[in-house]
Amino acid sequence: MSTVHEHTDHDAHAQAAPPPPRTGVRRLMAPGWVRATWMTALFASLGFGLVAGIRALAGWDPVVDWEPIITVAFLTAAPFGFLSGLGAFDYWLAWAFGKPTRPDDHSGHGAKRWNDYFRINTDHKVIGVQYVVTTIFFFLAGGMMAMLVRAELATPEADFVDPQTYNELFTAHAALMIFLFVIPAFAGLANYVLPIMIGAPDMAFPRLNALSYWLLPIAGIMMLSSFFFPGFGAGWTNYAPLSVEQPFGNIFFTMAVQWAGASSIATALNFLVTIITMRAPGMTFWRMPLLVWANFTTSLLVVIATPFIAGSQFFVTFDKLMHTHYFDVQGGGYALGYQHIFWFYSHPAVYIMMLPGFGIASEVISAMSRKPIFGYRLMALSLIAILILGFSVWAHHMFVAGMATWLRVPMMITTLLIAVPTGIKVFSWLATTWEGKINFATPMLWALGFVSMFVIGGLSGIFLGAVPIDIHASDTYFVVAHIHYVLLGGSLFTIFAGFYYWFPKMTGRMYNETLGKLHFWLTFVAFNVTFFPMHIIGVQGQPRRVYTYEDQFSEWNIVISIASFVLGASFLVFVYNMIVSWARGAPAPANPWRALTLEWQVSSPPPIFNFDEIPQVVGNPYEYGVPGAKHAILSGDRDATTEEVRR
Amino acid sequence: MRAGALIRLIVVALLFAAGATAVAIFIPWLPEQSSKEAERIDFVFWFVTAICIAIFSVVAAITMYSVVKFRAKPDDDSDGPPIHGHTGIEIAWTAVPLVLVIAMIIVSSVALAQNESVPDDALRVEVWGQQFAWTFLYPPEGKDPGEDNMACVKRDEAIMEDGCKASANLQLPVDRSTRLYLSARDVIHSFWVPEFRQKQDAVPGMTTEITVTPTKTGSYRLICTELCGLGHSLMRTRAIVVSAADFQRWLSSRATPGGMS
Repeated sequence: MSTVHEHTDHDAHAQAAPPPPRTGVRRLMAPGWVRATWMTALFASLGFGLVAGIRALAGWDPVVDWEPIITVAFLTAAPFGFLSGLGAFDYWLAWAFGKPTRPDDHSGHGAKRWNDYFRINTDHKVIGVQYVVTTIFFFLAGGMMAMLVRAELATPEADFVDPQTYNELFTAHAALMIFLFVIPAFAGLANYVLPIMIGAPDMAFPRLNALSYWLLPIAGIMMLSSFFFPGFGAGWTNYAPLSVEQPFGNIFFTMAVQWAGASSIATALNFLVTIITMRAPGMTFWRMPLLVWANFTTSLLVVIATPFIAGSQFFVTFDKLMHTHYFDVQGGGYALGYQHIFWFYSHPAVYIMMLPGFGIASEVISAMSRKPIFGYRLMALSLIAILILGFSVWAHHMFVAGMATWLRVPMMITTLLIAVPTGIKVFSWLATTWEGKINFATPMLWALGFVSMFVIGGLSGIFLGAVPIDIHASDTYFVVAHIHYVLLGGSLFTIFAGFYYWFPKMTGRMYNETLGKLHFWLTFVAFNVTFFPMHIIGVQGQPRRVYTYEDQFSEWNIVISIASFVLGASFLVFVYNMIVSWARGAPAPANPWRALTLEWQVSSPPPIFNFDEIPQVVGNPYEYGVPGAKHAILSGDRDATTEEVRR
Repeated sequence: MRAGALIRLIVVALLFAAGATAVAIFIPWLPEQSSKEAERIDFVFWFVTAICIAIFSVVAAITMYSVVKFRAKPDDDSDGPPIHGHTGIEIAWTAVPLVLVIAMIIVSSVALAQNESVPDDALRVEVWGQQFAWTFLYPPEGKDPGEDNMACVKRDEAIMEDGCKASANLQLPVDRSTRLYLSARDVIHSFWVPEFRQKQDAVPGMTTEITVTPTKTGSYRLICTELCGLGHSLMRTRAIVVSAADFQRWLSSRATPGGMS
């Protein structure tokens, strides 16, 4: 921990004189948006030259073939140019070339002006805010696509968009929500609070942290621009061989996933190393807050599983561009192979999108009920159980896919067994509220809303886990209802619980409580009216991913569509609340929730390296109601408690 | 917990159970039940529903009770009692769900095994999915599709064997099991007749199988449920169930076309 003290000693001197104004060539060469612009163009040209050059040398016709050129120049090389120009690689390149590096100037820490958020910044708190704001942007974009889908489905006839656009809308909606909202929003919240929670001054690899954030907008812009190149209309699952025979634009998804996946893996590695090596003295594993446990297990899932989706999308790219035959039956390929590889990531991904939410719910429910988490160790162990079982259930997405029939019953057994650790968590949250002194502030509403909606999503999951029922309900609106109860009622509700809970810490200002509650109730009611009827029309026979349906479903569908627009509108309340409160809200105290975890023991927002001195952890994080219990001793109260520490 | 609290909790749980049961009974959930397989699947459906209503009622009652009863007074800044856990309760809420899960696994497995069985006298039909239409082929006696390849159209060619009869809708005799052998020409499609409850993907390069035993004559929706391209929403036909005699008459009246488009 010596480096840590070095940091804090320098802290006071870190505010170095502002860099001299840059002009001319210096401005072009300095890391930033100017250099990013010309380096993006330069790298794109190099990519163009590489492909055209190889094709000319090989004698292939035409030399300028736009499909490989777009893939290599614009989807691969240009983003590297952008990142280099912005300065993501400056330190590593300087080190690699033996040039002097500047490890201690901390110029990449903290944000003093709004435009500091548009730079490479190595401060985990700045990166956390970057993540959160970016993911809210893509959340709103993905939400608008969902409303366009519902506009088409308001009537049984195909009358709003053409079939290709329709397929692209529901595909991009899912892809953005999963890869650009739920997964990175959790990463962003954890980026901000996790290092403080374990008593660390920053993440283990701050420069890697900055790089992982900047990979994200690249992936998002690629997915959005797929609308200009038709072809990403095979569902977010992008099943081969349909994806292979889609128009060229499908590549925008298969490549965007690589960038988003790289971001995910880098962040997960960073969390793992941070949690393992940077816990404050006394912060044993059994004293870690459950959010830390949740991100520890999530990160393990990410590093093990994510390479599989990268692989599956590379195979599709190769099949499309280089005419390999991974999934092409005529060439000896195996069509079902795609689904096995894809779901080996995408089922664990369901838990990647859920476990951090479990962590947030635990923090909020304990602090707002003024009671210790019920069964803390079993809560942590059930996360581990979900992590292990999560890798043994992928084929439950394939009960009707034609895979080996003997595989169905074992997969059903593991799938339903996951209900046990998940049930333990739900019961423990409820037991935590029992006999508590519940404060129904906005974060608690979202957390309790999550528990109740997640129960419904979990129960519909049992229907889908039972093979005979799944054979009937698979690929119907019942599945659409189920995923939205777990991903919207589950993940999204916990993300909002987290946004509201840590908003005072992140911005130093309080949000408007009345608007927060209004947002919750609007969302909660509209969500249920939107998604509960989907269970019914699903088992009655409306398949998913269709733009037209039988007249018998029209009544429910118009109800669903209207409710979905209310649901969409409810997020405007959230956006308004966040913007106005960030600008003009009342200053937040250090600990508005009287919580015991470490991030609430420092100022709001926290100082640049989080702590004046690394805290000494002396107890568990949820000792509400225990007389004289202490989670940690910070430098401020060290004098008063020296005796206590000695004892 | 005091006895009064327990009684109130049970009353609230029963109210939730009554509400959920009403939703289960009064909303027409499942479509008409028109096959033996559907009877077994529906049994599993209602078995799981009953268990889920029980779990939902308990959880909803505790949530509702907590929310109403344990609300902090406006200026009460005190903490709740420091209860860290209770080994007995924790074992109970691990063991009880485990037992329920095992029960559901057993019921599901039995139903699945029964629905997978193929009687010797089963009619055998080849099902081909192709963007965006279904073709049903009826092989002549003694020529059965197998796991490795089809009887009427080999997977890698488009030439139909002699004696096979083709149809654009699925004609089936009532009260007799039919084993469907599915494959696809281009991308993955999925065969679904909601009234039969049976669904199976048709995958290029593979033969997948499923059994249906219609119990009622009639004409039913036959839907492609795997996204297969722009025409996916329109890839629909009918499954027509007729008496055994009518089926034989229909089959013998079909010409045997020479090739498959």
